[in-house]
Amino acid sequence: MLAMSFRGPQRVRVQQKPMPEIKHPEDAIVRVTRSCICGSDLHLYNGNVPDTRVGMTFGHEFIGEVVEIGSEVTKLKVGDMVIVPFNVACGRCHFCKQGMFGNCHEANPEATAVGGFFGYAHIGGGYDGGQAEYARVPYANVSPTVIPEGMDPDDAVLLTDVVPTGYQAAEMAGIQPGDTVVVFGAGPVGIMAARCAWLFGAGRVIVLDEYDYRLEFVKNYAKCEAYNFKKDMEDVAMFIKKQTDWMGADCCIDAVGAEAAGNAVQTITGRKLLLQGGSATAMHWAINSVKKGGIISVVGVYGPTDNLIPLGNFMNKGLTMRGNQTSVKRLLPRLIEHVQNGTLNPKGIITHRIPLEEAAEGYRLFSDKLDNIIKPVLIPPSAR
Amino acid sequence: MEPTINNSKPSRARTKTPPTDLPGWGIDADPKNDPTYPMKQRTDAEQTGYSWERPTLQQPDVEILKSLERPNLTAVFGTSTPPSGLSGMLRRHAYANYSENDNRHWFTLVLADKINVVECVLDDLASGHVPNIFKEKGYKASWQHDRKGLIVSLGTTLAITAGLAYLAWPKNKRGKKPKSRTVYPS
Repeated sequence: MLAMSFRGPQRVRVQQKPMPEIKHPEDAIVRVTRSCICGSDLHLYNGNVPDTRVGMTFGHEFIGEVVEIGSEVTKLKVGDMVIVPFNVACGRCHFCKQGMFGNCHEANPEATAVGGFFGYAHIGGGYDGGQAEYARVPYANVSPTVIPEGMDPDDAVLLTDVVPTGYQAAEMAGIQPGDTVVVFGAGPVGIMAARCAWLFGAGRVIVLDEYDYRLEFVKNYAKCEAYNFKKDMEDVAMFIKKQTDWMGADCCIDAVGAEAAGNAVQTITGRKLLLQGGSATAMHWAINSVKKGGIISVVGVYGPTDNLIPLGNFMNKGLTMRGNQTSVKRLLPRLIEHVQNGTLNPKGIITHRIPLEEAAEGYRLFSDKLDNIIKPVLIPPSAR
Repeated sequence: MEPTINNSKPSRARTKTPPTDLPGWGIDADPKNDPTYPMKQRTDAEQTGYSWERPTLQQPDVEILKSLERPNLTAVFGTSTPPSGLSGMLRRHAYANYSENDNRHWFTLVLADKINVVECVLDDLASGHVPNIFKEKGYKASWQHDRKGLIVSLGTTLAITAGLAYLAWPKNKRGKKPKSRTVYPS
């Protein structure tokens, strides 16, 4: 089968690889019909995630058709079209039982801080991902969800990660009606977090980014305020304070993670020298921009090593920080409702549909923010 | 001159009116979603330890490395790209000797990643495949959408590489006259 293969930092090859096989009685094999490139994939692409092995196939946002099932799979049948949440989750461990499907304890032998994820290096459990024609899907009785009748596949593929992550970012921010919410990052997740903040009753939503085209997009898509931190202000925390009657935002959402720009020290030590788990600029700004007693919600992905953040201010201001990998299965029923009744329009953020064979170009476009790209989707030959 | 101090209260309204043309405003508002409440459906089952009924265990058919912070392999696991070569030795060392809490675990893996890239280029060449770097880096997209940036980037890389190559070249082969040596008669 055709599959994306990581060759090293900023090098991607699409090549023939062996077909995935059933390795466990609860496995399913899925013929991929849509697979996105995620902002989190860029951390892998840029070589910022330890134990990213050459030859691995990325892709944790995919949907497709079930073509084979293991002997213990009862909830899916061959021919089902399924949304495959990016979490690999057993449904039985203490964490799954508590709805923390992103923290499954039976899906990742290589790291205990996170559960299992498709196509996310070996700290995600070593599963090949869905930027391929076929993918192995473990625990097929648990997370994979049959795509509802009539749902657009472009909407469905965004329910694997982007929409739930944006929604959980807003949920973790503990937004109360009338709150001012600041979202750092106008990538797909930041855009969705801004959109979902309104669902929780935000009174004001402000998004910061460095790319004007993204700010224009989020302003129109999420009906929020959008500012360029490189052009519209000299100091982010000062700007937010001025915007909020000198109090600070009620909630700040870090939707950036390791790739953040805006601070030379963070960039050099975090992104270039890998002495930190990425550049923690957005986190730094969030701590200093939120009000005393405020809440910081973190969905931006960082590496496992240390990061430079102003912990003294975090303590002195009495802040609360919440973060997690999104529990997609927990949120799917509600989000499917939102899509079906027109409250959310996920496919509205897709700007590029790229043949799987051109994955390298897709990564380059997305990584370098070319051609006004917001969200790229890879389409395998069999789905075209 | 006395400095003037502005003690007036800022007049900017803190909250603006939410957009009215957006469906769903406030429909998921939850006053109980206060961060002092955990995000999970609390069961406190962790207090019974590692006690759940485990799924059927996947049988490893390739080498799987395991974190020191777990007692066993998980019931399922990925089998992509098992460790091999020098990078594999380093990965085994990282997993076998350092917990996730120890930065040596991560920095050893980062080093292994770098070595792995070189190994794979050598593997490609050994099998007669010359990597198409232009294609793998997706430069076709850069050429289409950011030609100037691509030229600057490649030019800079080329200039630095040429400079380093020049510096690495033995001085007596750079077209300079080699220093004459005194020859003593025997």
